[in-house]
Amino acid sequence: MITAERKPLEELIEYVKPYKRILLLGCNECVTVCAAGGRKEVGLLASGLHMAMLKAGSSIEIREHTLERQCDPEYVEELVPMIDQAEAVMSMACGCGVQQLAMRFKDKPVFPAVNTKFMGASERQGVWAERCQGCGNCMLGETGGICPIARCAKQLMNGPCGGSANGRCEIGEDVDCAWQLIWDRLKALGREESFVEITPAKDWRAGGGSGPRKIIREDLAE
Amino acid sequence: MKTESNLEKVLAAGHLAVTSECGPPRGAIPEEVVTKSKHLEGFVDAVNITDNQTAMVRMSSFAASVITRQQGLHPLLQMVTRDRNRLAMQADIIGAYSLGIDTMLCLSGDHTKFGDHPMAANVHDIDSIQLVQMVRDMRDEGRFQGGAEMKGPPPKMFIGAAANPFADPFELRVMRLAKKIKAGADFIQTQCIFNIDKFEKWMEGVRARGLHEQCYILAGVTPIKSVGAARYMKNRVPGMDVPQEIVDRMAAVPKEKQPDEGVDICVETIERLKNVEGVAGFHIMAIEWEEKVGEIVKRAGLYPRPQV
Repeated sequence: MITAERKPLEELIEYVKPYKRILLLGCNECVTVCAAGGRKEVGLLASGLHMAMLKAGSSIEIREHTLERQCDPEYVEELVPMIDQAEAVMSMACGCGVQQLAMRFKDKPVFPAVNTKFMGASERQGVWAERCQGCGNCMLGETGGICPIARCAKQLMNGPCGGSANGRCEIGEDVDCAWQLIWDRLKALGREESFVEITPAKDWRAGGGSGPRKIIREDLAE
Repeated sequence: MKTESNLEKVLAAGHLAVTSECGPPRGAIPEEVVTKSKHLEGFVDAVNITDNQTAMVRMSSFAASVITRQQGLHPLLQMVTRDRNRLAMQADIIGAYSLGIDTMLCLSGDHTKFGDHPMAANVHDIDSIQLVQMVRDMRDEGRFQGGAEMKGPPPKMFIGAAANPFADPFELRVMRLAKKIKAGADFIQTQCIFNIDKFEKWMEGVRARGLHEQCYILAGVTPIKSVGAARYMKNRVPGMDVPQEIVDRMAAVPKEKQPDEGVDICVETIERLKNVEGVAGFHIMAIEWEEKVGEIVKRAGLYPRPQV
């Protein structure tokens, strides 16, 4: 999923201060799962903003709404009847959702309420970790199902650097050495010798090196 | 011979080679490079010029290499993949070769987290093994990494890579060396050796695969200045293996005698390593202590350096 973290309240107050009526929009997908911008977080943020504005001797009218998916134009259309009543929109979706709103409602200010972080997986309750950088040319089949691009701090494609110690990365005790994980997996799979094959320099065009990426499925596109 | 590199000539002639290093200054102070070069003159076959080591901005390895060469020494251009993409690196390789630099070391580099620009992006367009491969292809096939043919004579670089026998997983360390050789590494400079037993164990693995016959292995050594430095390296420097007995030995002598003790340990280490089959020379990393290199080289019986 795409993970995100709520921005600090002070930053969000600065965004909404000039307005009397805003639309606060959650998203029911990734940001709900990582507890950053779903229905519940929309409610919490709305109360926080109300209280902060009251404390400052001001007030704000906040309409709360959560879309099924902010990155999908079909669901964004739902907002048409309510958008005019708001002077500005604050989105709790990832950056994709925020931009979808900005593109659809061209004369409406749209502000992000979260910082979009990474594509990751849940390690345990309340912990998410980066797993994919969308390089566009998946090499997990060669690396035992562990990604060196997303999980090695130096994106090494041919084995661990000299800073790997006791399974940990040199940048921090809380970071696993991706190549230790890969090596453990290759051993478990009996594929140790595949390590000696040199992975050639990567073609980053697939990973955004040739500009913004787009997928067009002719069979589906209208 | 693949190149005109002095280091290659010394190694090919069967001599134990000696390299040392010079960290460029944190400012436009060419005199500092000159001073450091003077300390090493006559004692080494090549001088490693570090590339933004510890992820701190310094005079570029390229510029400091040129200054070192102007002093009549043989610079060994270090290049890390952290700061530049493949275009910039290839440009520097042909630029360096055009100015008489014919020996280089391919590294991934310390992570920016450890330096004075932790906010900077780590480039890592390619990794250190892919860098070795790129330089080899430039040299042997006369083509750029992107596939286009180079104009003029190809850069005849003598290609080095690093190896750390002390990092984990240990069993991968010989395989990774094999990979670097397969990519095109002509010589290897190892991490500083304090744990000689572990180094010998690594060399057993190296010999078992015949890797010592496919490239020259220069054993890395470092004189320790003080017990504080020993503790720091033991506890703080990623990838370093300083056994407790080294720390204890440094701690057992008074502070003013510790530098001498550090040099003694370094010389003894070289003497022991001379007996390890497959060691083709020594890389003496006397960090900010270049003036000691001459003494170490002399005491270790590696002086005078061969004229080849």
